[in-house]
Amino acid sequence: MSKIHVTTVINGEPVEYLCEPQQTLLDVLRDELGLTGSKEGCGSGDCGACSVIVDGRLVCSCLMLGAEAAGRTVTTIEGVANGDTLHPVQQKFLEHAALQCGFCTPGLIVAAKALLDENLNPTEEETRYWLAGNLCRCTGYDKVIRAVLDAAAVMRGEAA
Amino acid sequence: MPRVSYTAPATVDEAVKALAGAAGLARVLSGGTDLLVQMKSGRVKPEVIVDTKHIPGLIGIREEGDCFVIGAATPGAMISADERLERAFPGIVEGVDLIGSTQIQGRASIAGNLCNASPAADSVPPVIAARATAVIVGPNGRREVPVEAIVTGPGRTSLAKGELVVEFRIPKPKPRQSDAYLRFIPRTEMDIAVVGCAVNVTLDGNGVCTDARVVLGAVAPTQLIVAGAAEALIGRKLDDDTLARLDSAAQAACHPITDKRGTIEYRTKVAGVLARRAAAIAFERAGVRPQSDSIPGAI
Repeated sequence: MSKIHVTTVINGEPVEYLCEPQQTLLDVLRDELGLTGSKEGCGSGDCGACSVIVDGRLVCSCLMLGAEAAGRTVTTIEGVANGDTLHPVQQKFLEHAALQCGFCTPGLIVAAKALLDENLNPTEEETRYWLAGNLCRCTGYDKVIRAVLDAAAVMRGEAA
Repeated sequence: MPRVSYTAPATVDEAVKALAGAAGLARVLSGGTDLLVQMKSGRVKPEVIVDTKHIPGLIGIREEGDCFVIGAATPGAMISADERLERAFPGIVEGVDLIGSTQIQGRASIAGNLCNASPAADSVPPVIAARATAVIVGPNGRREVPVEAIVTGPGRTSLAKGELVVEFRIPKPKPRQSDAYLRFIPRTEMDIAVVGCAVNVTLDGNGVCTDARVVLGAVAPTQLIVAGAAEALIGRKLDDDTLARLDSAAQAACHPITDKRGTIEYRTKVAGVLARRAAAIAFERAGVRPQSDSIPGAI
């Protein structure tokens, strides 16, 4: 069986790749394209470490085939910062020390960015529910939630 | 994952051909949130997977006459965000909303939830309670069946080789008709139903129930339409006596298994409790629902 030729857009750049039909998007990102920011935690859609945004929707890249990315627009953790300027979510994760081992962090940041892309004023409850599919065994989540709410405030122009 | 062949047809006919023409197992890929997990674990070994998301109409929600039509591969996030559906069927949106995380909602569909054929599928009871039908296309043409005719047991459906669900058709609610779905899990999010219960009721101007459907999940090999529970509601207002009769009828219909999520006795008891609570919500929603001319999406 031959490989599938995929043309897509990843982090704003047109990208072409060849993938096996059964390769997940996560496999393609990490193993074919060298975008190793997205992590494989569980491989079954439970942990959210592989979160990416596809056509504006947050998904687990471990539960999507590389072939399915054809014609779509994908944002990974590598595309969240603007050059050397961190996204407010990234900046606030640093300031609040909202991470320890860091394995879940790319997925949490991508998920938080997706939330703030559609709602700049989420409540704490909405934020906790939105991030319920991102597991973190270090932080206890509290710093994560505070970082996201603080980033939202910055993006609304309310805080430094 | 083992090797498969992947195809993303642009028409239903091509999808049917790909599904029917496979020598081995063929599977439809809509959101893939069950299929890819099963392929990774080796539980399902398809030869062909057919991605239906490029077929026009398979993703999206539209109104057609007196029905809402939901494309089979429409992701949960799109259903939750649809204000017409939220007004017309808050119970269906509740069921869809309970499936997995935000990430899963970005991909998972009602058709996938249905055809995965888990007794605990959260979107299925409220869809059945709304008397929805599924439009199925296959090598012998198109047929439309009640949604409850599709799941025949855990992991099994009545779909023949080459057939796929293309859309759901849900009759728009009548005046003073509404629904609710509740599931019980030991936490607030990210778990599989111990019991699920959907109640869809229609009231008259005095708050008396004129029509009802009560559907239980996770207490039998398939979703259960509990006729006795509907009978307990019809012709009555929602008082303690009605609720007690509803509770008994729901419990009597259960034939669950004991597993790590709950024992037979526990699930049976919870089914009665959820039926009462879901009925109370559905009655309240139906009671405050205005007449049809002021509610977009109603007949």
